[in-house]
Amino acid sequence: MSDFIPHTKEEINQMLKIIGVNSIDDLFSDIPQNLRTKKFNIPEGLNEIEVERKITKLANKNKSDLICFTGGGYYDHFIPAAVDTISARSEFYTAYTPYQPEASQGTLQAIFEYQTMITQLTGLDYSNASLYDGGTALYEAIAIAVRTNNKEKIIIDKGVNPLFRKIVKTYSINLPIKITEVELKDIYTDKDKIKKLLDDETAAIVTQNPNFFGVIEDYEDLFSYAREKGISAILVFYPVSLGILKTPKEMKADIAVAEGQSLGLPLCFGGPYLGIIAVDKKYLRKMPGRIVGETKDKEGKKAYVLTLQAREQHIRREKAMSNICSNQALCALRATVFLSLLGKKGFEELALLNLEKTEYLKEKLSKINNLKIKEGDTFNEFTAEVKKDAFALVKETINRGFSGGLPAGFFYEDKKNYLIISVTEKRTKEEIDAFCDILKEIL
Amino acid sequence: MKTIFEKSIQGKRAVQFGKINNKIIKKIDEKFLRKTEIKLPEVSELDIIRHYINLSKLNFSVDTEFYPLGSCTMKYNPKICEKLAMQKEFLNLHPFLSYIDENTVQGALEIIYEISDLLCEITGMEKITTQPYAGAHGELTGVLLMAAYHKNKGNNKKFVIIPDSAHGTNPASAAMAGYSIISIPVDKDGNMDINILKEKINDEVAGIMMTVPSTLGLFENNIKEIIEIAHKYDALMYYDGANLNAILGKLKPGEIGFDIIHINLHKTFSTPHGGGGPGSGVIGVSKKLVDFLPVPIVIKENEKFKLDFNVKNTIGSVASFFGNFQVLLKAFIYIILLGKEGLIAVSEIAVLNANYILAKLKNFYDLPYNRKCMHEFVISAKKQLKNDIRAIDIAKYLIDNKIHPPTIYFPLVVEEAIMIEPTETESKQTLDEFIEIMVKIAELSEKDPDKIKQAPEKTPILRPDETKAARELKLKCDI
Repeated sequence: MSDFIPHTKEEINQMLKIIGVNSIDDLFSDIPQNLRTKKFNIPEGLNEIEVERKITKLANKNKSDLICFTGGGYYDHFIPAAVDTISARSEFYTAYTPYQPEASQGTLQAIFEYQTMITQLTGLDYSNASLYDGGTALYEAIAIAVRTNNKEKIIIDKGVNPLFRKIVKTYSINLPIKITEVELKDIYTDKDKIKKLLDDETAAIVTQNPNFFGVIEDYEDLFSYAREKGISAILVFYPVSLGILKTPKEMKADIAVAEGQSLGLPLCFGGPYLGIIAVDKKYLRKMPGRIVGETKDKEGKKAYVLTLQAREQHIRREKAMSNICSNQALCALRATVFLSLLGKKGFEELALLNLEKTEYLKEKLSKINNLKIKEGDTFNEFTAEVKKDAFALVKETINRGFSGGLPAGFFYEDKKNYLIISVTEKRTKEEIDAFCDILKEIL
Repeated sequence: MKTIFEKSIQGKRAVQFGKINNKIIKKIDEKFLRKTEIKLPEVSELDIIRHYINLSKLNFSVDTEFYPLGSCTMKYNPKICEKLAMQKEFLNLHPFLSYIDENTVQGALEIIYEISDLLCEITGMEKITTQPYAGAHGELTGVLLMAAYHKNKGNNKKFVIIPDSAHGTNPASAAMAGYSIISIPVDKDGNMDINILKEKINDEVAGIMMTVPSTLGLFENNIKEIIEIAHKYDALMYYDGANLNAILGKLKPGEIGFDIIHINLHKTFSTPHGGGGPGSGVIGVSKKLVDFLPVPIVIKENEKFKLDFNVKNTIGSVASFFGNFQVLLKAFIYIILLGKEGLIAVSEIAVLNANYILAKLKNFYDLPYNRKCMHEFVISAKKQLKNDIRAIDIAKYLIDNKIHPPTIYFPLVVEEAIMIEPTETESKQTLDEFIEIMVKIAELSEKDPDKIKQAPEKTPILRPDETKAARELKLKCDI
C-alpha cells in the first residue's frame, strides 16, 4: 500500500495532544455515528510494482497500433517531443489556476501567448484562456449570441460535427434557446434553405468548415447576409486547416470555435482536449471563461493578470456569462508550444502535407471499383460512397490492422454507405498504398 | 520576460518536414484559401525550450512550494500515476474506435467501468457518468439531471436552494439549467440556517445544492434533517464534492440520502490541476436518476465491455466522448494504489493536519466559528485589520516566504476570510514552518505593519495594477 502520508506515529500523537483530543476518531465527532460508513468495500492498496503490472496489462488490451484513417473531428497528428517536455514540467502541471499573479507569471504569460496565437490563426480579435472541448465551446458561442442579440432562434447546418450538436441540444434544453437543424443537400450545405430560415427571431447561424464530411465551403456571402440582419455568424473550424484555408475573419464570422485536439494533444480516447473560442471585439465582454491581460506592477514592470473577471461565476454567481471555472489550461499550454515549434512556415507546411497525402489517396481510390469519391474540394478528409455498408467495411479494415475511416451512418441514418476518410501527415506512402489495396480487396 | 513573439526572427525554424510540394495548393479553389499571413513565432527549438522552461520557473506549484489553498485540495500528485497514464496504448487510442469495434478498446473501457464502480462504492451512489470535464461541468450535468427528473414526473419546479457560503459555480450552474436561486444564510454556528430553510422551501424547489463539509470547513450538523425536509417536497439533494477529501471511508453521501454528487477527481483523487485544468467532475446519482444519465455508458456483458446508448430518458451528452479520459486513468491508478486503508488515512490525516494548524493559530487570528474543523478551516484577518492589514496583505507576505497563499475572501460570508487546507500529504515540519510564519505575520501586524504592506518583494513581479489591466485592455502580444 502507498498513501503518500509523511507522518510518523509519534508526530500524529504529538499533534493530537496539541489539538486536545485523544484519537483521530475524536476529530470526526461532528459526523453522527448513525450516519457513518459501515462498509467500505474497496480492495487493499497496491505498491508501485503491482500497479504498473496491472495498468500495463490493461493498456495492452487496447489495439492502439491500428494505422489510422479515422478522423471525424479528432485526428492522428504528429506531436513533436518538445511539447511533452514542456507540459511535463511540474511547475506547470502541479500549479493551480493563476489567481495569485506574483506566484504564477509563468502560467499567465503562457496563456497570454496562447490567446495571441488563437487570434493569429482565426484572424479574430480576442480569445479566452480555453474551454473544455469543441462541443462545449460551440454551446458557449451560441450563448454569447443569444445574450447579445436577445433572441432565441439558432440555425445550425447539419454539416456541423454531430457530437457538438448533441452537446448543444443537451445544454440548451431548459433555456430560451430554440435550435433548428438544417438538412444537408447530400453532404453539402443548403445555403438557400438556410437563407430563408434567417428571420428577425434568429440569434445566430452556425456552420462548419471543412464540414463533417470533409467538404470545404465558402460561407462569406451567407455570413455577410446574416450579419446585415443582426444575426451572429458562428463558424466551427479545424485548426490545422487554417494553415492554408480561409480564416473565420475572412469568412466574416463573428465568433469561431474549434476542437483544439489537433494542436499537440494525443487522441487519448476522448480527452483531455481543448475548447477554442475567438470573438470579434464587440463580443469580448460576453465571452465566458478566464482571460489574461497585460498590465504593470507597482514599479512599472510588465505583469500579467486574470482580467475582466466581472464576467465570471466567482464574482457574478448566477448572473455570470457561464459557470465555467476549471478549464483545459495544460492543453492550451501544449497548443502554445506546438504552434511555437511549427512556427509561421511549419504551420503552413503541415497543412500542405495533409493536403498532399489526402490528394494522393483520393487519386488512388478514384481507380477502385464500387467506390465513388464525393465531389468538392477537401482538406485532409473526404467522403467516399461505397457499394457496401460502411460500418461493416471499417470493421474489416480493423481485422487487417487499419482503422479505415468513420462510417457516416452512425450519425446520418440515410448515409450508411458513406465512409469518411482522413489522412494526416503521419501516414506514409506505403501505408496509403496498403490501405488502397485492402479497400480494393474488400470491395 | 519577453514573449515568444518578441523572440521571433524571420527565417528561424524549429520543426521541419522536409520536402513540401507547394503546387498541391492548386487542388483547392483560390476562393477557399487564406489571404492573411499567420504571424506565428519564428524561433529555434532551443529558444522554445528555454523560453517555456524559464517561464515555468516563475510559477509556484505543489512540487515546489506548500500550497494550502482552501477548497482546492492541492495535494501531492504521485509520479507513478503520471508515468502510467502516458503509455502509448492509451495516448494513441482514437475515441471513435469505441463506436466502430469495442474489441479494440477493451482496456480503456475496463478502466472507465472500474473507476465508476469504485467511485460508487466510495460515495454510496448507484451509477456514475464520467463525462463532465470539471467540477462546474459536473454541477451543470447534475442540475440538468435534476431538471429531467422533475420534468419526467410532471413536477413544476422553478428554484434551486443554495447556501450563501457555496462556491459561485453552484448558482451559475443552476442558472444555466434554467433555475432561479434561493439563497440561505448560515447561522451563528456556521450551519445552513434551518429555520430560514423551512420558511423558504416550497413545492417549486427542484433541489438543494450543498457542499459537505461546507466551505467553512465545518460538518453540517443538521444534514439529516435538511435531507428529510428536501425529500418531503420532492426536492433532490445535490452534494458538491469539492470537499470530499474530508470524508473518505467516514460518510457516504448516497447512503445518507443525497441524490446527486459531483466528484472533483483533480482534488480528492490527486490528479494534477495543470495550472487551471484539465480536471474531471464525474457525477454519481441515486437510483431515481439512473434513467436520465448521459450516453454512452460503459457496461459489462459476458466479461466484455460495451457502450450502451439506450438509457431510457437520457439528457443527451455533455462531452464528446467519456470526459477527460486521461484524468480518469490517473485517478483510477491513485485509488488502486491507496486502497481501502490508504483512502481512509487520506481523510484522517487531512483532518488532523487542518485541526493542528487551527489549534496553533486560533490565538493569533479571529476564528469566526470556534468548532473542530474538517479538512480545512476559515480564519479572518479582522484582528489585523485594525492595523490596516488585510487578508490580501497576508497572502502577499506568504508568497515572499515561499508559501502559496490560502484562498482569500472566500467564503463571502466571512469578512477578510483566509481559508486554509493543508491536505494529508504535507508533513508536520512543513505545517510548523507555515504556522511560524503566520504567527510572525500576526506579530508584525502589530509592530511593523508596513513590512507586510510592502510584500511581495522577492517575486518576479511586485503587486500588479489590476485596475489598469481591466481599463486599458491588452489581451494579446503586439506583433
